[in-house]
Amino acid sequence: MNAPNSFRTQPDERGHFGQFGGRFVAETLMPLILDLDREYRAAKVDPAFRAEFDDLLEHYVGRPSPLYHAERLSAALRDGAPEGMGAQVWFKRDELNHTGAHKINNCLGQILLAIRMGKTRIIAETGAGQHGVATAAVCARFGLPCVIYMGAKDVERQQPNVFRMKLLGAEVRPVTSGAQTLSDAMNEGLRDWVANVHDTFYIIGTAAGPHPYPELVRDFQSVIGREAREQMMARTGRLPDLLVAAIGGGSNAIGLFHPFLDDPSVGMLGVEAAGHGLEGSEHAASLAGGFPGVLHGNKTYLLQDEDGQIAEGHSISAGLDYPGIGPEHAWLRDIGRVEYDSATDAEALDAFQLLCRTEGIIPALEPSHAIAAVARRARTMPQDAIILANLCGRGDKDIFTVANALGVAI
Amino acid sequence: MTTRLSAAFAKGHPALVAFVTAGDPTPAATPAILDAIVAGGADVVELGMPFTDPMADGPAIQSANIRSLAAGTRTADVLAIAKGFRARHPDVPLVLMGYANPMLRRGSEWFAAEAATAGVDGVICVDIPPEEDDALGPALRAAAIAPIRLATPTTDAARIGEVLAGAEGFLYYVSVAGITGLQQAATGSIEEATARLKAATDLPVAVGFGIRTPEQAAAVARVADGVVVGSAIVDLVAQHGAAAPAPVAAFVRSLADAIAAARKE
Repeated sequence: MNAPNSFRTQPDERGHFGQFGGRFVAETLMPLILDLDREYRAAKVDPAFRAEFDDLLEHYVGRPSPLYHAERLSAALRDGAPEGMGAQVWFKRDELNHTGAHKINNCLGQILLAIRMGKTRIIAETGAGQHGVATAAVCARFGLPCVIYMGAKDVERQQPNVFRMKLLGAEVRPVTSGAQTLSDAMNEGLRDWVANVHDTFYIIGTAAGPHPYPELVRDFQSVIGREAREQMMARTGRLPDLLVAAIGGGSNAIGLFHPFLDDPSVGMLGVEAAGHGLEGSEHAASLAGGFPGVLHGNKTYLLQDEDGQIAEGHSISAGLDYPGIGPEHAWLRDIGRVEYDSATDAEALDAFQLLCRTEGIIPALEPSHAIAAVARRARTMPQDAIILANLCGRGDKDIFTVANALGVAI
Repeated sequence: MTTRLSAAFAKGHPALVAFVTAGDPTPAATPAILDAIVAGGADVVELGMPFTDPMADGPAIQSANIRSLAAGTRTADVLAIAKGFRARHPDVPLVLMGYANPMLRRGSEWFAAEAATAGVDGVICVDIPPEEDDALGPALRAAAIAPIRLATPTTDAARIGEVLAGAEGFLYYVSVAGITGLQQAATGSIEEATARLKAATDLPVAVGFGIRTPEQAAAVARVADGVVVGSAIVDLVAQHGAAAPAPVAAFVRSLADAIAAARKE
């Protein structure tokens, strides 16, 4: 395939990223999706919208998030590396955001859009609960009622986040259909939306779903990459050699990658969840183990069988446990601009502990997958090379899962 | 071919369109249930293709999908059920209803060709709106299968032209903004909507979503060209399993009688 002049002009006006993306929704939702698209185009060029978003990012979220040179981790990864190898590892510290992850960037953007459209009720789906907590927080902040759909199995394994959402005033509705995880929560969110189109705004948590969601979520999350680019230039006078981010739906990754896509010297690596390993079916790596298909409003790579039935993903990280991936990643993979790899549950657990001990940072299990890939790559790159990874969430929510995996009773 | 569909809507009374999910409770049980639907007097049979993620469906049809997939229903089974139906009922139109992913998995041409070979007259794909017609519409038209479009309470005057462009067979009016099988729309709003749609198209307009009783079917039959009943039949299958044909035939008969009588009152 010929490389386009710019990798940053997608999607087209129909919401397609190459063959991916689009608007595969029921007719009931279609007029609303078109409304949202019009409203988003208007908001995008409205300086007042931009100003309010930026102000909230600064004073409510705590942006810009720091850019941090993880020197002890870098040194630890040089141990046993070939002579002269062992890149510098830097982190974009989005785990320091209010509510503990990058999710809040997108939620603020979307709730401002909801208010602009005159919507008075918010719904969202959540897997690990991070997007649910961020949505509940912005709903409290703007005084809008909020219903969060969450798979019953995820409700069980993410009790602290369920309680956080309730404290923030949200109603958490456990979803008992299907595998009772993120994908089923999204189905239930769509069912609610289709029945309440007149007053309800659906805050989708990742850069997926029908157009214009993948685009607008990416745009709201691109603050990560824009800040990182500026901070890296100010600190080192150059661009990083490799960007690394974990991928479930892929919103933190596309937020970091997008502002760098037209810098040919910057390599990019997205890291999917390999669960118990790619050779079996217990993983959530849709690019590595899936095929193109249509689900939840967009065409993208999906874990599915030969009849197109959707398979259940598996990951130790509830936030990566989704059978699809954002359509822009599907496109970036197919044209070869971004490389994709994966990390298993066990590798993520090791990386989680490594970061705790070397840097005094407890990462979420989602970016632990990215850190696992960083550990592999750093050893193959020279010492003056720079790897920049997105630390997209903090690990407080995961300590029970990790304790359980390590056989520790708490 | 779509002539079967046109004939079904030209019988002098509104058509009864009856839905069941293929493979519920098992692929082997479906043919007898379809025969019961025909025996009960349905004019069009709508066969649901099971999918793991039926986003537009309420609890009844969601459960039917789960039962069917749990029984091991494959796309090949759905097509075999359709083919068997066509052999037994050469004149009864058969419509497949489902979601994009199972229809597109092996390519739209493959699906359209297989459906045509099986004797399918029309296809309703819930999550392919007119904007994404390229994904399936051209293949269906090339195989002489009617792409049946959906209109909803949110389909406004500005949009109806786009929905109708490329629509064939009949227009399916989803009478409530919501999922299948739950509340029914007010008769007045259905009357207003069908009048508006019929002014915009020569296609027959069939109305569905939330129609569960002969009385409701009769009320809709007074204003529409067709009445679609799904979840209420699926509930009988859930209740009676492989023994569903007799109660399904009786229920469909009560709907068909109510519809036939509706315009005479």
